[in-house]
Amino acid sequence: MTSRDVILARIRRAGAAGATGPTGAEAPIPRDYLRVHGERTPAESADLLAANLAEYRAHVHRTADDGLPALLARLLARRGTRTVLVPAGLPLYWLADAAATHVPDRAAATPYEFDAVDSVVTGCALAVAETGTLVLDGGPAQGRRRITLIPDHHVCVVRVPDQVVDSVPQALERLDPTRPLTWISGPSATSDIELDRVEGVHGPRTLDVILATTPTPPTAAPHTQP
Amino acid sequence: MTTRGTQAADGPQAALPGTPAFPEAARRAVHDPVLRANLRHATHTIRGRRARAVAELADWDRLRAAGKAIKDHTLRHLDRYLVQLEESVTAAGGTVHWAVDAAEACRIVTRLVQATGEREVVKVKSMATQEISLNEALEEAGIAAYETDLAELIVQLGHDRPSHILVPAIHRNRGEIRDLFAREMGRWGRPAPDGLGDDPRELAEAARRHLREKFLRAGVAVSGANFMVAETGTLVVFESEGNGRMCLTLPETLISVVGIEKVVPTFRDLEVFLQTLPRSSTAERMNPYTTMWTGTAGGDGPSAFHLVLLDNGRTDTLADAVGRQALRCIRCSACLNVCPVYERAGGHAYGSVYPGPIGAVLSPQLRGTGSPVDASLPFASTLCGACEEVCPVAIDIPEILVHLRERIVQGGPATREGVRVRIRPARGHAAERAALRAARLLLDHPGALRAGERLLARARRLRPRRLPGPGRAWTDSRDLPEPPEQPFRDWWAQRERQDRTPRRQDQAGTP
Ligand code: SF4
Repeated sequence: MTSRDVILARIRRAGAAGATGPTGAEAPIPRDYLRVHGERTPAESADLLAANLAEYRAHVHRTADDGLPALLARLLARRGTRTVLVPAGLPLYWLADAAATHVPDRAAATPYEFDAVDSVVTGCALAVAETGTLVLDGGPAQGRRRITLIPDHHVCVVRVPDQVVDSVPQALERLDPTRPLTWISGPSATSDIELDRVEGVHGPRTLDVILATTPTPPTAAPHTQP
Repeated sequence: MTTRGTQAADGPQAALPGTPAFPEAARRAVHDPVLRANLRHATHTIRGRRARAVAELADWDRLRAAGKAIKDHTLRHLDRYLVQLEESVTAAGGTVHWAVDAAEACRIVTRLVQATGEREVVKVKSMATQEISLNEALEEAGIAAYETDLAELIVQLGHDRPSHILVPAIHRNRGEIRDLFAREMGRWGRPAPDGLGDDPRELAEAARRHLREKFLRAGVAVSGANFMVAETGTLVVFESEGNGRMCLTLPETLISVVGIEKVVPTFRDLEVFLQTLPRSSTAERMNPYTTMWTGTAGGDGPSAFHLVLLDNGRTDTLADAVGRQALRCIRCSACLNVCPVYERAGGHAYGSVYPGPIGAVLSPQLRGTGSPVDASLPFASTLCGACEEVCPVAIDIPEILVHLRERIVQGGPATREGVRVRIRPARGHAAERAALRAARLLLDHPGALRAGERLLARARRLRPRRLPGPGRAWTDSRDLPEPPEQPFRDWWAQRERQDRTPRRQDQAGTP
């Protein structure tokens, strides 16, 4: 008998399958918990996201979409960033104003190469307002998991309102479990030394989050477009 | 180079060697002022923060009920969900191994590491690998295992054992940590910078540099997991520091050792635990990092993934209709922080990797009650019920404690390594004495006693349950007609006089 057989046989003998409630039937899993806590307009959700991110010491910035290049250039310049990791699918206009040299996210690159990079700029799959969480799924503009881990500075752009959900249950509904998922809530932290919170033991010590308001679809006549 | 590791060379199914039974170990801990002060500070701080984090969710009780139900449902159909998990992980490019006990799990991991040709591995904190003493097994095979959690690093550099699930180095002060780093880091890699101070920020920076050197070159990582999803084959790790992400994404080979009880049926089930675990554990809305991966993903993360499914006493625990609920545990550590006994006795007194209330019910079930420490653990409680109240999966820890006490005192059926056996009653009055000695640590300390008296009132709300035989000495305390009429203190004093056990025990070994 293999160990697999042994374990499965022990489980079957353990009699847990016969264990049922007083009625003899297996009780269904109660799913009456809330799908979302409270009611919010999209603007309020973005505010809550910003507040929760800030509470865990992420730096939150807000801009309209067309302000992104200038804001990104400013954030990178402030850190003295000379090299920036750029995942595939990142809209290149985002970095149009930044002076830093682009380093592509290549599968063949060694961790040492990325350790020498100053900053990384990514988008995200979605963000969860109630918990102040960014979720990356390796999709366009997000790159492989390690690129948001090794550099000491991560700038993450969240498109508001389309990428903001209110709650964890809403987030899971929108995610594909077969993709590698990284949930980020504030920069890396520890409380291990006398319960003092210290940022960045291993991950990026600085997390800048940009809430970029997507332009509202034009409702006026087409000729008003530039 | 010698490999470093904790000194504990405990056999897989044995209590840590030299660990005295709980009462002796606890008495020693109670007289350690640094440990007591740290424990008090930590447990009270985390407890307060946690209560606020939980109060934010209006549906906490419903989330708790759902978490309990999901886990119970999974345990009922554990065979089915494990087989499904195996299929999903395999389909996603991973390899699944099954380990009946600690020795087999260690053999599997050692073989897998050897096959890569690597001589060292990086590890992310995992209670399962501590439980099986994997570091020691790897060390014997000439493989160095580096713990990468800050607290685990502190513990490992100090040749120490963790004493708390969440803050394993809770028994160390920053000055001690500084000295450890300055003295030990250079022996295992990048030394601590000259003139290292004891500011937490500086200490964290020293750890960052020391460990980064290891992460960047690591070929193999070993992890545990908080959850495994049967439906999709997804594994989930919750963490704060980023060392988990380093281990889970940088090396070529990832080996995860996970207890079979960690499986949940569907991806959607995570919506419950993603809300309850961080709030119960670190009192945060969400922990800084959570990683979810499914097998191997082309070009992103490890190209080889091995999952070792660990039994090691879990199926025996499952065979116990009362005790099996301990397998719902999601290792949040909330029960430690509310436990008046843990607060005073510390983690080492429990003599196992699972300290506190959950340790008192899990360890004797996983390991059996053959050793003095395991036989005394079910008595290491006032049955105040605080642990059950706080538990995010509603494990009735007091109920299991009473059940285990009954078995130790009276004997009764149990399952060991899949075989039905009858446990013989504890010889003489050993159990009674163990109970009384565990209680004495409270009696020795007026502050503790006051807490005990308050707790007594709460304990009385629990449904009455008496133990026959010598165990009655213990359960009687919960059936006192009116505590004010016969004060707890006097009652115990009376019991003390009747108890002929010498007050000073030889404290063999160190916790
Ligand atoms: S028993 Fe409950 S409270 Fe204690 S660690 Fe496990 S899940 Fe948390």
